[in-house]
Amino acid sequence: MIHRINETPKILEVKDLSVHYFTSRGAVIAANSVNFYLRQGEIMGLVGESGCGKTTVAMAILQMVQSPGKITHGEIWVDGEELNSLSERELRQLRWRKLALVPQGAMNSLNPVLKIKEQMGDAILAHERQLGRATLKQRILQLLDDVGLPARVYEMFPHELSGGMKQRVCIAMAIALNPPVIIADEPTSALDVVVQRVVAQTLLDVKKRLGVSMLMIGHDMGLQAQMVDRVAVMYAGNLVEVGPVEAIFEEPLHPYTQLLIESIPSIDERKPLKVTEGLTHDLRNPPPGCIFQFRCPYVTDECRAGRPPLEEIAPDHFVACFKVKSARLA
Amino acid sequence: MGGLTKQYVLTRFFMFVLTIWIGATAVFLIPRLAPGDPVTSMVMRMTEREGRVENAQELIAAWKERFGLNDPLYIQYFRYLGNLVRFDFGYSLANFPTTAWEMVRPALPWSVRLLAVALIFSFAIGNTVGALMGWRKTPSWLQNILPLSLTFTSIPYFMFGILLLYFIAFQLHLLPASGGYSRDVTPGWNLPYIRSVITYSILPLVSIVLTSMGGWALGMRGLMVGVNNEDYFLLAQAKGLSPARVFFRYGVRNAILPSLTALALGMGGLISGSMLVEYIFAYPGTGYTLYRAIITQDYTVMQTICNLMILITATSVFLLDLLYPLIDPRITFRRSQM
Repeated sequence: MIHRINETPKILEVKDLSVHYFTSRGAVIAANSVNFYLRQGEIMGLVGESGCGKTTVAMAILQMVQSPGKITHGEIWVDGEELNSLSERELRQLRWRKLALVPQGAMNSLNPVLKIKEQMGDAILAHERQLGRATLKQRILQLLDDVGLPARVYEMFPHELSGGMKQRVCIAMAIALNPPVIIADEPTSALDVVVQRVVAQTLLDVKKRLGVSMLMIGHDMGLQAQMVDRVAVMYAGNLVEVGPVEAIFEEPLHPYTQLLIESIPSIDERKPLKVTEGLTHDLRNPPPGCIFQFRCPYVTDECRAGRPPLEEIAPDHFVACFKVKSARLA
Repeated sequence: MGGLTKQYVLTRFFMFVLTIWIGATAVFLIPRLAPGDPVTSMVMRMTEREGRVENAQELIAAWKERFGLNDPLYIQYFRYLGNLVRFDFGYSLANFPTTAWEMVRPALPWSVRLLAVALIFSFAIGNTVGALMGWRKTPSWLQNILPLSLTFTSIPYFMFGILLLYFIAFQLHLLPASGGYSRDVTPGWNLPYIRSVITYSILPLVSIVLTSMGGWALGMRGLMVGVNNEDYFLLAQAKGLSPARVFFRYGVRNAILPSLTALALGMGGLISGSMLVEYIFAYPGTGYTLYRAIITQDYTVMQTICNLMILITATSVFLLDLLYPLIDPRITFRRSQM
């Protein structure tokens, strides 16, 4: 297997990020020392089951963790700027220009009482105030055309659009200021399969044309397999494996990734669900040792004693597991 | 799509007429379902006052004839509707030669003025307080202070009026205690009179506004908290819009919609007056007139006030219906889907 050359600069870097939700019964550790980077022009998938902290990481990168959540530790570098240290004002200027969001494909991403032109115009005008009216209209129409939407969408309200069209409006909006990084939070959830393909294709087109880097959050492993360059697997607030998409799907190393891949349904064989829901430990009191010890089939005393660090096993392939590490060394 | 369609306007107008008709019919029927009749009870009152009335029976019969109470009910009903269209509400039963309209008309500007101002203030202040309470980005010191402004809500407004009356009017002598204007000014378009009207309205106004704004605030807070969690609200923040723009265009703009309906319904109250507050401050409004009408069993005056209430409520709901598609573009669309 040929690995991509790793000389491409890193456009987004998350260093040692921890996010805690402070509740009356203790702090919930939603993200714990998360480390990863996104290279220029690549799409990285962030996968994991519901509640594992994927969206929390996305919100932390956007600096939009909602109370009672708080970023307790770490650095987030986007295009040479560290976001945690920015003031509210500096952050506002950086948002959307450097870092755009494609929200979940649900029905509520657009303001129901504003026309599409107003919502797109808002995003553009917030950062380019002196833009003339005619130029603005031209810009928006061009953006709509870029994502394959007809010009009449310009004057329409969100309720007049289908789910797929709304999501393409969101993509058009995300690329309005040509940001280096786009975060797509489950961009195709709540859409039917055909529309999912259209939206995914639109995202890929946009990426190819603009060379934008994307962090794509999702739990649809099949879709991820087709779209992303690298995958980061998250479990209970921790990254357990990060690696090239081929490696993750063909030769997953971490036991959790293996379970996840084995659980992808296929038509050839009906297989039992390997990953069972609801067995995650209490996120307020993570066990000492490996985060996955309670569900891991290969758990040893070493795993219960200390937490395995996320280590680079192969070029661009990181795993947090003692078993994998010792197997490699042997 | 969006905006007003002809069918939508016609449907709304039909509803407007229907509301008034049903309301007026109810106002016509309810007193007639009650036992006794106004003429007999009036003559009985006269008998009580004067000891004895000559030819009481003939008097009752003559007045029943005069007021058309001997005609069949449907004739009375159609005559009533016909008179209503011409804004003829009949004679006041308690003050005979005076018409009901003449009894109500002088009180109208007082109540409408007082309550319209009170409604505007409590709507504006209440919704602002509520929206700020429900917004995540409101500074925490403000979050802590705002609920204090709602403490008055739990006091009944007439109790609060009495407290104001006692402390501000009688103890501190800061503001007049009762009436609509000072006796030493002449009514008209002159400055002393206008100033006097304003001074005299402050206490009733304050007691209504402070006790009613909490309702708006609590409703608005709930709606705003909901909007805070909407995806479009988060997206607006991610776009890097200024907090004020997010607050108004994406927050308040959506959360205010149900409050506007409540506002239109509240308009009917402008005519009925705020009976207890007007009574406490002896304010010459329709609430006070209604109170007088009730204790003197003056049915026609009561009916007049009820009919005016129905008219104003229906009108403001109709106007709101016409405005709503412009405020919330989803409305017309939904109707046409049906």
